[in-house]
Amino acid sequence: MVVIIDQELCTGCGECVEACPFEALSLENDKAQVNDACTLCGACADICPTGAITVPEVERAADDRAAGAQGVWVFAEQRQGVMPEVVAELLGQGRRLADELGVELGAVLLGHGLDGKAGELFALGADVVYMADDERLAALNDDIYTQVLARVINEHRPEVLLAGATSLGRSLIPRVATAVATGLTADCTGLAIDPEKRLLLQTRPAFGGNIMATIICPQARPQMATVRPRVMKQGPRQEGRQGRLVQVALNAGDQARTQVLEVVQELEEQVNLTGAEVVVTGGRGLGGPEGFELVRKLATALGGVVGATRGTVDAGWIGHAHQVGQTGRTVSPKLYVALGVSGAVQHMVGMQSSDNIVAVNTDPNAPIFSIAHYGIVGDLYEVVPAMLDRLAELRGQGA
Amino acid sequence: MNIVVCIKQVPDTAHVRLDPETHTLKREGVKSIINPFDLFALEAALRIREQVGGSIIALSMGPPQAAEVIKEAIGYGVDEGLLLSDRAFAGADTWATTAALAAAIGQIKGVDLIVCGKQAVDGDTAQVGPGIAQRLGRPQVAFVKAFREVSDQRLVVERQMDDGFDVVALPLPGLITVVREVGEPRPPSLKGKMRAKKYQVPVKGAAELGLAPEQVGLAGSYTQVVKVFAPQAAGERRRLEGPPQQAGTQVVDLLVDNQIIMLGS
Amino acid sequence: MDYFFSEEQVMIRDLCRQIAEERIKPVRAELDEKEQFPSEIMKALAQADLFQIIIPEQYGGLGGGCLENCIAVEELSRACCGVSTSYAASFLGAYPILLFGSEEQKEKYLPLIGSGEQYCAFALTESASGSDAGSIQTEARRDGDSYVLSGSKQWITNGGQAGIYTVVAITDRSKGARGATAFIVEAGDPGFTVGKKERKLGIRASATAELIFSDCRIPADRVLGKEGLGFVVAMRTFDKSRPGVGAQAVGLAQGALDEAAAFARVRKQFGKPIITFQAVAHMLADMATEIEAARALVYATARFIDSGAKDISKVSAMAKVFPSDVAMRATTNAVQVFGGHGYMREYPVEKMMRDAKILQIYEGTNQIQRNVIGQELNKEYGRSQ
Repeated sequence: MVVIIDQELCTGCGECVEACPFEALSLENDKAQVNDACTLCGACADICPTGAITVPEVERAADDRAAGAQGVWVFAEQRQGVMPEVVAELLGQGRRLADELGVELGAVLLGHGLDGKAGELFALGADVVYMADDERLAALNDDIYTQVLARVINEHRPEVLLAGATSLGRSLIPRVATAVATGLTADCTGLAIDPEKRLLLQTRPAFGGNIMATIICPQARPQMATVRPRVMKQGPRQEGRQGRLVQVALNAGDQARTQVLEVVQELEEQVNLTGAEVVVTGGRGLGGPEGFELVRKLATALGGVVGATRGTVDAGWIGHAHQVGQTGRTVSPKLYVALGVSGAVQHMVGMQSSDNIVAVNTDPNAPIFSIAHYGIVGDLYEVVPAMLDRLAELRGQGA
Repeated sequence: MNIVVCIKQVPDTAHVRLDPETHTLKREGVKSIINPFDLFALEAALRIREQVGGSIIALSMGPPQAAEVIKEAIGYGVDEGLLLSDRAFAGADTWATTAALAAAIGQIKGVDLIVCGKQAVDGDTAQVGPGIAQRLGRPQVAFVKAFREVSDQRLVVERQMDDGFDVVALPLPGLITVVREVGEPRPPSLKGKMRAKKYQVPVKGAAELGLAPEQVGLAGSYTQVVKVFAPQAAGERRRLEGPPQQAGTQVVDLLVDNQIIMLGS
Repeated sequence: MDYFFSEEQVMIRDLCRQIAEERIKPVRAELDEKEQFPSEIMKALAQADLFQIIIPEQYGGLGGGCLENCIAVEELSRACCGVSTSYAASFLGAYPILLFGSEEQKEKYLPLIGSGEQYCAFALTESASGSDAGSIQTEARRDGDSYVLSGSKQWITNGGQAGIYTVVAITDRSKGARGATAFIVEAGDPGFTVGKKERKLGIRASATAELIFSDCRIPADRVLGKEGLGFVVAMRTFDKSRPGVGAQAVGLAQGALDEAAAFARVRKQFGKPIITFQAVAHMLADMATEIEAARALVYATARFIDSGAKDISKVSAMAKVFPSDVAMRATTNAVQVFGGHGYMREYPVEKMMRDAKILQIYEGTNQIQRNVIGQELNKEYGRSQ
């Protein structure tokens, strides 16, 4: 199914061709033509100056699950008894969405030895906690986690379920969405409510982050999304806040087929790339592997970790664990410092949601400057020592 | 071991440049390639076949020209390919995509292992692998970074997590998605490429998979794109002019003033 | 320029270019710096079937000829001559088996070489015997069903990395040049050891080592051809392999031109890219012209050899001497175009210049090549008078 183009009204201006993110439109004989790549996103219809383009209604099988589904839920992931920061962020955002919809905020907690965890979730804004505490849930086995989570969802029918776009979330949640037969939007950076239709507007970067897409799940429930860590704001923490605890018992037959034999936690800095407040990244502009010494110095001075571009990793200057970008880690720290990074698209995808971006590069036309909040055209080997000196000076250690 | 590797044709985003004026993608001359993560899936499958024998089928869904990625996979040394292509598949979200892929795998006899790349670089959802596993009712391990044991009965793998990794045993038949640490993809081989040139890619449509038009493509999708827009430039963007040393000092001052960095003690 | 390659030849070129870009370029400086054998890359070349190129189809190969070999070697050399030397040396060691091996020998060794399971090496040079191959000292003595080798070979490419060595030794010193015999020696044969690895000016990724034979006993069926054919084996082998050295030179020179031209376009002096200065532009123009001439000569010679022509010594020597001289000039001038940058190890051209020198030396020095060409001219014009 594709958009409908009124050939009479089309003036062949080509604006729709430019606007289409899917390369579905082209001009032939001065008229717009559409091909199968069309997803009915409507970007062309919005921009068409003559109103020649209309988006047809897609006929879908009737699905009345929206009726009766109620509540916003957060999947409160934990691993080895530790809940990542994203859980607090999800509860913060979930609280706002729940209040807007006038419904309860629920949290689902699966694991073993979860004493005290429910109180933590109440303090962070949950009204209800659905908790399954069973030794069979001690480690992540996607199949049994899916069985339990899907059963709780089907029983209580929330209208929204949010989970962190963490390794655990992105392994488990797609399976859960399939099990309960609903839509899932990955790695969202924006969530809002359409008050009229009570729909969750899920916004995420698409096509390498160069466009943003807002996605809805009109009929099936719950509306599910994984949410990028460090994007949503945590809510205020209220110690002693009370809520309702619902214990979820496993069935006798619930059994994981996979078996986690060992859990290995690596405490090296690179593993914390995703959660780091500050990332200082070196690119090919460093000139060689020794350039990372300077990167490390600045990272240490800023209390951050070292990132790297694909080019430097491929050249063997630094390990892949440091790589930021599409084939590495996605980061969104408070501060991202790019040193000698030109800004290949596949790199920018992985860091452009950072709160503040500083870029130092000798090439004034480097694409990184198009997203940098603070751009410095110059030699990083002159700029960075000056930054280090200034930091030391301000910290009263003398320059 | 009979292995199915799922691959996807994507635009070569690594070579896409941004237009510095409009900040939009310059798409002209952008090639279509195998999703880079799927090359790791192919490599993993080829290594498993080297260890325990068996055969590999490369499976893809896409427009007719996606037959190219199947041929490429033949060039890397897979035994057979299968393309799911049908106008009805267009516009599928991950739910509708896994409907078609799972149906196709279900029609292949004796599949022991399904290997997917971690995610596709055009969609970045990482949802298709787990979706297929659930539809087929098979156990899964996502984000596999290394193999510790490979046999016809089970795999023992390392699963990459945010704070380290898990060692997980996966009984077969099952599904894995892999990350790049599984090993650098080998180059295609000359014999494979010669075979690929002549290889006729089998194609199946919705009807052959036993799927109704409303189960696949846009019509069979739960999610719907309602708006597409350029990312907003968050905050003000400025160039710090002046000599490099001065700019270095200035940027630290600005970051401190705006409380982006704390001096602490 | 379009040299009207077949589909297969284009495939070889594109695949080698891909491997050169993706696998070799990112690590070439490190391999050079650490003088490290490119094991990973050699494995990738094997997986890509590149060791199958000249192996006949009945032994599992692709049945290609000299031209296919040259195309592969040129593309790999464009990224790194150290890697291409390791690769090409395997074929240098394989040619004696291809040309003179018995059916049994071919069946045993060619599949191993083609799959890349074992690398090959060719051992002629000794410390006191370089251009004067007739002066080799290593001896092979017949003893019942075996031969016993004693002596040592020097500067053997792939020494210590190869599993299969073709070795030329004297079996009858009284017969002079007709008293040499070529043998197949396997790594692990008793009495065969590999001596020290050499430290070199260039092609430092390649392994160059001494081979030591102390009463190394090998079965009599390891003789290539028959006793006394040793020098014929060596000369025929070189006739086939020399255009490969020319192809290395063309690739290396092209790589240097690629770097120099790209640099000259971005390097600004006096407010303009230096490529706009005639002094620089003319250097690049001469490089490009000479490279194209060298390439045309290499391809034409390779095609001539593949046609089954008999008298190939002269053209084969030409296809080595001219391109290698071109490569030396082109890489030297590439360093010049880069100026001070070019002299620094951060940029790839100083390595290219170091790598180029060996092409004028190994597989017969360029002086010996000119001797060969001169002797052939003398013969030709003698006949026509």
